[in-house]
Amino acid sequence: MTMTQRPLRILLIDANAVRAAILEEGLREAGTEQGGDYGDLAVHHIRDDAKLLPRIAEIDPDVILIDLENPSRDTLEQMFQVSRLARRPIAMFVDKSDSATVQAAIDAGVSAYIVDGLRKERVKSILDVTISRFHAFDRLQTELSQAKFALEERKVVDQAKAILMKQRNLSEEDAYVLLRRTAMNQNRKIADLARSLVAAAALLEPGSRDG
Amino acid sequence: MVERVSAAFVPLVDCAVLVAARELGFAKAEGIELELVKEPSWASLRDHLNLGYVDCAHALGPLPIASTLGVGQVHAEQIVPFVLSRGGTAITVSTRLADEMRAAVPGRALDTPAEAGGALAAALRARSAPATLGMVFPFSSHNFDLRYWLASCGVHPDRDVRLVAIPPPLMVESLRAGHVDGFCVGEPWNSVAAAAGLGEIVATKSQLFPHSVEKVLSVRAPLEGRLDQLGPLLRALAAAAEWCDEPVNRPELAARLSRTEYLGTPAEIVEAALGGLLLGVARSRAGADFLRFHGGAANVPQPEDALWIYAQMVRWGQLARSAAARATVLRVFRSDLLERCVGSSAAQPARPLVAFDGIAFDGRDVDGYLARFDIQTRFVAPGSDA
Repeated sequence: MTMTQRPLRILLIDANAVRAAILEEGLREAGTEQGGDYGDLAVHHIRDDAKLLPRIAEIDPDVILIDLENPSRDTLEQMFQVSRLARRPIAMFVDKSDSATVQAAIDAGVSAYIVDGLRKERVKSILDVTISRFHAFDRLQTELSQAKFALEERKVVDQAKAILMKQRNLSEEDAYVLLRRTAMNQNRKIADLARSLVAAAALLEPGSRDG
Repeated sequence: MVERVSAAFVPLVDCAVLVAARELGFAKAEGIELELVKEPSWASLRDHLNLGYVDCAHALGPLPIASTLGVGQVHAEQIVPFVLSRGGTAITVSTRLADEMRAAVPGRALDTPAEAGGALAAALRARSAPATLGMVFPFSSHNFDLRYWLASCGVHPDRDVRLVAIPPPLMVESLRAGHVDGFCVGEPWNSVAAAAGLGEIVATKSQLFPHSVEKVLSVRAPLEGRLDQLGPLLRALAAAAEWCDEPVNRPELAARLSRTEYLGTPAEIVEAALGGLLLGVARSRAGADFLRFHGGAANVPQPEDALWIYAQMVRWGQLARSAAARATVLRVFRSDLLERCVGSSAAQPARPLVAFDGIAFDGRDVDGYLARFDIQTRFVAPGSDA
């Protein structure tokens, strides 16, 4: 099989299974949508644990994608340096011919190793997909953590309301109104005020004192 | 006006000069707001430096040379105007391997690199499978020091052992997990391994190659138009380096370095490392010169420093020897800039570089120097069959 006929092999090294799945899907979509040159992509995914080099030699990738801040990159680069693999991949950064893509890749936290001789436009299309999928993963994570944060805030406001209802003998609605008014007067967020209230109540509760 | 300068670093005791420059006002005194960016790996540090995400970096001496030559990475020209440290690294073996070494040469004190190396060679011969040793990057003095020591004791680093690169902060964990049987790394990571009872320190860089270059300040080339910015930075670093070298300042320096944003290791370990007091290593062995930041014109990047790195790259097959490569290497290490910017101190002749086995390095005759070694690895151009 000659190099031009075999599918372009992309190896993704990522311990994060969710991000790997998102990227893999993106690369496959790009492969089938664009047809022609890009219609023939083979995407492999491995976690960055032991036995990296034998796996890489076995897959013989044209492009390796890995998180820019993955500490395994030093191990990877040393393996490439000492290995007698005929096709030795090299980190693609600082290719001045396309600094915009490289800049975008660094911003997204993507690093790529490319074997010599691969055409620039192929690399660019793969990188573009990778960058957008890394961003998509980041957004997903942000949304998840925001959702988690919102849930935590609601819980603490509920706790604060319960404390007020019990101690000041208020209805749930009145407890909330009191919380909101106090927060506004003190120029604080309701959740922050609720947190202080819950913490103070815990301190004053009988049995919580030391000694 | 305050100039903002950002510097990337990897958590190691030898980033002390940058930390002191920021924390103790040496940068501010030169009108610089010095921002330090912690990196998880040398590859990441290099990429951030090459692409201008940071203005300069705490770099392994051979890294800007390999980068400028385009060996093992994309060609990106760098300049080294300042040496941040000399010495400061060591070789540690697992307690198991240390026991094997003692068993291999009963009754011998393993208190010199030659004795320890001989014991290691004997212990490795007695093993059924090759040992795995960690170092930090293919283009590092750690890789070259470890290889030199092994080869000098009859162990071929590319045939008799397996070398792997591991970022410094992960080294101790790799030893604990049994991924490596030993390593060459900068402090405090040898001391951390020794303090945890996981390994024994068997040799230091200050023994293997006294006062040899370790970390350098690397900046992107060309410098034209940026000398105005570089001058104040070099003055700040020279003042910080002088302060770091003073034994009386070690407790304060250790306290700053041990903070989580820098090393995140106990201050007493950092302070001991600064003073060359390594656990299990007699003071006479590590020597008072374990780690040097300033004295003896330590900050001047000498042509001999660069040529030594060139010679090691050739010896271990990373590079084909050529007059062009030699000339390039000499362009990276600039011995003139510090004198130009700081004025004084610089013009001192370099001390001869003599290894622990008595072999002196002579930059004028690299070929003659390399001809002395039986153990070498032939250069193979990438992509060629061999």
